[in-house]
Amino acid sequence: MVNPRLMVWLKGLAAAAVLTVALGGTPSFAQSGEETAHATDSVEHEAGVHDEKGLPQLNTKTFASQIFWLAITFGTLYVLVSKVGLPRVGAVLEAREAKISGDLDKATQLKAETDAIVAAYEKAVAEARAGAHKLLNDTAATADAAAAKRTADVVAGLAAKQKEAEARIEGQKQTALANVRAVAAEAAAAAVAKLAGVEPDQAGVDGAVDAALKERA
Amino acid sequence: MATDPLHQFRIEQIVPLHLAGHDVSFTNSSLYMVVAAVLVTGLLVAGTASRALVPGRLQSVAELLYEFVSGMVRDNAGAQARPYFPLVFSIFAFVLFGNMIGMVPGTFTFTSHIIVTFTLAALVFVFVTLVALIRHGFHFFSFFFPSGAPIALAPILIPIEIISYLMRPVSLSIRLFANMMAGHTMLKVFAGFTITMIGALGAVGWLAGAVPVAINVALIGFEIMVAFLQAYVFTILTCLYIRDAIELH
Repeated sequence: MVNPRLMVWLKGLAAAAVLTVALGGTPSFAQSGEETAHATDSVEHEAGVHDEKGLPQLNTKTFASQIFWLAITFGTLYVLVSKVGLPRVGAVLEAREAKISGDLDKATQLKAETDAIVAAYEKAVAEARAGAHKLLNDTAATADAAAAKRTADVVAGLAAKQKEAEARIEGQKQTALANVRAVAAEAAAAAVAKLAGVEPDQAGVDGAVDAALKERA
Repeated sequence: MATDPLHQFRIEQIVPLHLAGHDVSFTNSSLYMVVAAVLVTGLLVAGTASRALVPGRLQSVAELLYEFVSGMVRDNAGAQARPYFPLVFSIFAFVLFGNMIGMVPGTFTFTSHIIVTFTLAALVFVFVTLVALIRHGFHFFSFFFPSGAPIALAPILIPIEIISYLMRPVSLSIRLFANMMAGHTMLKVFAGFTITMIGALGAVGWLAGAVPVAINVALIGFEIMVAFLQAYVFTILTCLYIRDAIELH
């Protein structure tokens, strides 16, 4: 990398050389060069209007021509650039911009559509899942209710049967007890008849048996 | 061989031409102005010939140049300066191509002539002043007195502001011309060293003469940078002047 400060220094040197040449005190290399240049020039250009000594930039005789051609070339360039060149480049850039933003818009739109479809799908799945869940719950509830009802029926049936059986047992027990009294009375009468040899009075036997049963109960 | 470092700035007639008593001959300077204008236009037109969505090389260059100047105008002159984009673009492209063409050995650098750079700078100056006058009318003259400054300073400030305003085309033109001229002269001076050494020292001269050539290699790289940079500086100052004209202070 060239040191910028060195460049500044070199430029100063060059400027000094230029000034020296311009002011007429030409260094030897420049002088010999200038002479050679003049020799070539006089061969190439008979007119010699621009053959002035010193800085060519300060030769006022060339000013008119330079301004004239600058005006023509720059003016033409400005017209061509503003009417043809820049609109063309601008159109290309705008077309690209439009294409890119158009594609982006389209992509955004497609994405929105996709999102909508995905949302709808997810909604449907969620609904189906909720429906299935509900159905499952309902079915379970129904089954539970039916099972409970059947259990209750069975329990009620069993209780009724138990009650009936108990009633029957109670009845038979009473019957048995009654039979036991009759048997006891008969046995007592027979025992009295055998022991005492007298036929006991029926009412007396019954009373004695009842008293004995009462005593034992 | 010409070793005069100023010989390269000589204006050579190609087609003698006189108009209303003025010498307006077509010269080497005119030739390279035409070359620059043709190349700029050619780049923009040929670059957009295919109008490709994905640009090729030439189209990339054309688009790069367009967006570079467009960005420069937008950032430095403001959004209101958009109508002046073609002018700024023309100035940048013309000066850049003038500078760059001048880097080709054997060509003529028309931007190394003060009259060319001054005419361009004067164009900018007149244009900017007209824009300011049209946009702001007499209010434009408030530009020469910074708002908020004490009235007592007016006798000092106003002349300073006016002088600095009038010096704009001078500094603009001298900066460009002096940079181009100094750079090209320096290249020629170093090249001249080589030739002088070879002429004076013979075989040793061939060896020693390689040193200025090596320096010139580095200098040419530097000068190409300067060629771009000066076109950029000229344009950016134009943009800033346009901003001043649009916004005043």
